[in-house]
Amino acid sequence: MSILTFFKGKKSKGSSKTKAPDRGILVFENTSEVIRAETVLKGEGWKIRVMGPPPEIRTGCDLVIEFPLIEELNILRTLEAAGAEPLQVVPVTSPLLRPVDIFQTKDYGQYFMVRAANMKLTVDKETQAIVNISGGGCPDVPYLALEMVGKPLTDAPAPEEIGHTLCGYALQLAYEEMRRQC
Amino acid sequence: MLAVVGTVPDQDFPLITGKVVLQDDFISIQGNCAPVNRGTPALLAAAIKVGEVMGQPPSVGYLVGDIGLGDGSRRLYAHLSENAVEGDINAIAFHYLQPDVDWHNRVLFAVEEMAHRPVLIADAGFMYAAKMSGQASEYDLFTPDVGELAFLADEEAPHPFYTRGFILHEEMRAPALIERAYQHENAAACLLVKGQPDYVADRQGVHTTIDLPVEEAMEAIGGTGDTVTGIVAALISTGIEVREAAILAARVNRLAGHYARPTPATQVMDIVEQIPAALARVLDEKAIMSGHCHV
Repeated sequence: MSILTFFKGKKSKGSSKTKAPDRGILVFENTSEVIRAETVLKGEGWKIRVMGPPPEIRTGCDLVIEFPLIEELNILRTLEAAGAEPLQVVPVTSPLLRPVDIFQTKDYGQYFMVRAANMKLTVDKETQAIVNISGGGCPDVPYLALEMVGKPLTDAPAPEEIGHTLCGYALQLAYEEMRRQC
Repeated sequence: MLAVVGTVPDQDFPLITGKVVLQDDFISIQGNCAPVNRGTPALLAAAIKVGEVMGQPPSVGYLVGDIGLGDGSRRLYAHLSENAVEGDINAIAFHYLQPDVDWHNRVLFAVEEMAHRPVLIADAGFMYAAKMSGQASEYDLFTPDVGELAFLADEEAPHPFYTRGFILHEEMRAPALIERAYQHENAAACLLVKGQPDYVADRQGVHTTIDLPVEEAMEAIGGTGDTVTGIVAALISTGIEVREAAILAARVNRLAGHYARPTPATQVMDIVEQIPAALARVLDEKAIMSGHCHV
């Protein structure tokens, strides 16, 4: 399931019809595990959001999953069944940082570029080939570029499959927006 | 001499230090090669080209393989915090490393213990960690693009991914973002902001705007920001003052891009190849201008 569904307000099960319950966050070893858990939970229809961790547990390149605390046991059971258990479950009361949800685009005629946060993805409109990836500062960006540039959008590995950092996650957002627009 | 600290997108690339040379489209360090694609190899390739023109010795690399898991970065952080940077190093460029505040602080502490403090330049993931650590002002130069400038200006964002919407960049507002970054002590002594236009700024505001030649395609080309950082770092290592080096580097990178006649599909090595010609022209123009000033 697309991680962009979060930004598009997809309806899902959980307690969304009532006042928001107290929230907790699921903390994982790295961003890849967050993405995997997100996929599992959204696939099961849970109302969760990928957010920035509170200051006291930030290391520099993190995501956490925010969930309704009342559903903790069921959610942990789901993750355990999928082999995607978190390192920690932490109740939160203060607002969490929201990932960027603004896309910017640039039309170069033959080429089209989508930017999400600090990541830019450019595609040849005719061949659908990814011709460039730019921006970012985490070590998986050059790796993602090596694996994706030169391949058609439909054949290239998705950043969520091989990326590991927030830059990789931002590139996934650009990739999904590109697939939506092209 | 310039030292470059960064990563290579190859999980099997060992932690290695030594002089780096350019062989065709690859950097080579102690017999280990990595393609000049983008990231730290692109920074090094640009620095090597500048060094060749300026008659400087090869840059020293502190490199490790990391594809985003952070394991390589942490090994390199540990190495730097436990082993002093050796040799006649007068500038260090920190680049693509997994942002990690705790490790950043240990490395910065180790660098500040050096007998002769080098000029400290930070870009990419290491710049993110430097900002988040609250120690940005310990650095002599940051080289953000405009999106990263918005991140520096957002005192709450721990990574560009969390830059708040009301701060997210509009290029016309770059001077305001620069001012805000300094207000919150989230900028180095000098900033080279890469974009259209490029800005060289400090706490007093924008010092120089560099906007020619214009190649719209450059924004899409991965690694063009890395080459600017490599150029400025190499120029600084020759003894050129940071702000002047930043202005020259912005002009050289633009001109190299122009010479490459880029499209959004151009790859960064095509631009790296043009750096010597671009640098020669910029230095010639500088010499002519200096001559005029003395008349």
